[in-house]
Amino acid sequence: MSTDTKIIDSLVEGEYKWGFVTEVESDSAPKGLNEDTIRLISTKKNEPKFMLEWRLKAFRHWLKLEKQEAEPKWANIKYDAIDYQDIIYYSAPKPKKAGPKNLDEVDPEILLAYEKLGLPLNEQKRLAGVAVDAVFDSVSVATTFQAKLAEIGIIFCPFSEAVQRHPELVKKYLGSVVPYSDNFFAALNAAVFTDGSFVYVPKGVRCPMELMTYFRINAADSGQFERTLIIADEGSYVSYLEGCTAPTRDKNQLHAAVVELVAHDNAEIKYSTVQNWYPGDPVTGKGGIYNFVTKRGKCEGVNSKISWTQVETGAAITWKYPSVILQGDNSVGEFYSVALSNHWQQADTGTKMIHIGKNTRSTIIAKGISAGHGQNTYRGGVKVLKGAVGARNYTQCDSLLIGDKCGAHTFPYIEAKNSTARIEHEASTSKVGDDQIFYLQQRGLPKEDALSMIINGFCKQVFRKLPMEFAVEAQKLLSVSLEGSVG
Amino acid sequence: MSMLEIRNLHARIENREILKGLNLTVNAGEVHSIMGPNGSGKSTLAQVMARRENYVVTEGEILLDGKDLLAMKPEDAACEGVFMAFQYPIEIAGISNAYFLRAALNAVRKYHGKKEMDAMDFMPFYKQKMKLLEVDESFMTRSVNEGFSGGEKKRNEILQMALLEPKLAILDETDSGLDIDAMRIVANGVNAMRSPDRAIIVITHYQRLLDYIVPDFVHVLVDGRIVKSGGKELALTLEEQGYVGVETEASATAVAV
Repeated sequence: MSTDTKIIDSLVEGEYKWGFVTEVESDSAPKGLNEDTIRLISTKKNEPKFMLEWRLKAFRHWLKLEKQEAEPKWANIKYDAIDYQDIIYYSAPKPKKAGPKNLDEVDPEILLAYEKLGLPLNEQKRLAGVAVDAVFDSVSVATTFQAKLAEIGIIFCPFSEAVQRHPELVKKYLGSVVPYSDNFFAALNAAVFTDGSFVYVPKGVRCPMELMTYFRINAADSGQFERTLIIADEGSYVSYLEGCTAPTRDKNQLHAAVVELVAHDNAEIKYSTVQNWYPGDPVTGKGGIYNFVTKRGKCEGVNSKISWTQVETGAAITWKYPSVILQGDNSVGEFYSVALSNHWQQADTGTKMIHIGKNTRSTIIAKGISAGHGQNTYRGGVKVLKGAVGARNYTQCDSLLIGDKCGAHTFPYIEAKNSTARIEHEASTSKVGDDQIFYLQQRGLPKEDALSMIINGFCKQVFRKLPMEFAVEAQKLLSVSLEGSVG
Repeated sequence: MSMLEIRNLHARIENREILKGLNLTVNAGEVHSIMGPNGSGKSTLAQVMARRENYVVTEGEILLDGKDLLAMKPEDAACEGVFMAFQYPIEIAGISNAYFLRAALNAVRKYHGKKEMDAMDFMPFYKQKMKLLEVDESFMTRSVNEGFSGGEKKRNEILQMALLEPKLAILDETDSGLDIDAMRIVANGVNAMRSPDRAIIVITHYQRLLDYIVPDFVHVLVDGRIVKSGGKELALTLEEQGYVGVETEASATAVAV
């Protein structure tokens, strides 16, 4: 082994620091998936009839898909078959007493868990300028700043609460961007989803703080199936962030989420993700979260804008393509992504930009980092439909390789049906070289700082798009995920 | 005590022995030039002094102010004051020159237990050095060496040296790829750095750089050893006779001894 591979190997050893388990009593459904499971979830949530019917339709569709080919097979990932009967579909920490929740009634163990994750929920320690919805396994345990946001008409609440209090909005928008028939995992999610966040920003309101949902998987053998729905009404603006972690466990756990965004005329939604699910054992590759997620936004109105920013550092498998349907004239879609696959992680991620309206524009900046035995795939689709006169897309897709056992793959699909469309695609692949690290060391920087500087430089275009508070976090997270025992 | 003492240095890369018993003494305040044909070991010597790990030292020692340089990691050697101007400067995308240089400067300051320099103090210092090297202020925000011309890269190396104020500066073929104007600017930058407590080693193929940076001593490196040393006039002899002439002469002397 040459010296430079040794250096690089030692740099990419990292340890997952969010792997703790919280001891709470939980109320769980028995393992397995059938119509009874779905009725049980719907009953637990005290849902109106339309919800149960929708879930059951989704479930029947899923059963059909499962008989045909089960999971979609086109992704560049390998994993053991998932036994859908061996998963717990509902697991909620037992409330200390029934009735409406406030923070005093949340199990202190759970509050402590969020504090350990750097997200204190109680009044005194809360992050200023960030409203947090904390989702623990299948349910939302607390939402901060709810009342304050309500004063200006913003609804920010757990999905299950929205179903109770704003059924007309849920009925109108649920499945309007990602129908249950969209794909295998979207169908599964529609059938069994338990909670998630709901956001509605009324006409002309600019949301004054960042909204955040923190997803924590805690229970063993459970899956997490959350659903997020964000609606930005005419001329409104909202910036939303999600974070996620899970305990270290030997068994793979399934996370199949759906996110739907709707932006009306002149509205803007900025959606940022810092995903840090347990990636599996660094040496054996055992365990880790299977992250099969469907995220899509619809720029329904004219001049609307949806921007996805993601930093994906965790999960054993990531299958995720946050997309934008550019329906309104002059609407804008953006996708900024950093995806890291270290050790035995596999990521197949990218985006789809579907240009329907006139003068619609999209930008895709995707940065893939592969280290260890990691496999990183960018998969992107740019589609310009007939009526999309003057549509423009710019795609930049860069891969960075660390070491010589990892891989980077790029699959861009471009389809233009309008001759006025302008589509640009640039791609590059580079290796963090021994010479780059040495150059920085020769100027006095320790080896680890050198690597982290090179990686931050590579990711800069994406980090710049994250809200300030989280850009720093993302940088730290990335260097922790790559940090090692450099002597 | 001399600043730099190299004794009987043997070094190899990938099982090929390049340096075969090299001796060199450099005192503070001196400028030494090392000349020699391709493959004689000039760059290897620079890389070994900068502690590049792929070069394995099999015998001999290097002392920097009495400290064992060969026991140091590259970043420690840098913090101890060894600076190498790269023959092929490396590009770092997405990191601005200003950010990189301040990080480097602060790493060195931290090593010496000094307070880190904030952006407010750093900028005027940086701008002053930029003027010396006649570079545009847009340098600050451009990514390290990315999209730089050959001349800009070399000027950037000397600019970094001017900021980091090393004890021992090693210029590895800094003249390669420079036109006459750029060579003059680079040489001015280096000459401005000459000082009684700093030593400079200029590695070059050609005599012409030495018209601008006039050395106190010239050494001829052939096949891993210094075969001849002299004053600045030796460079001119080399220019006339070529390395072959010096080599023959040197081996003749060796036989006579």
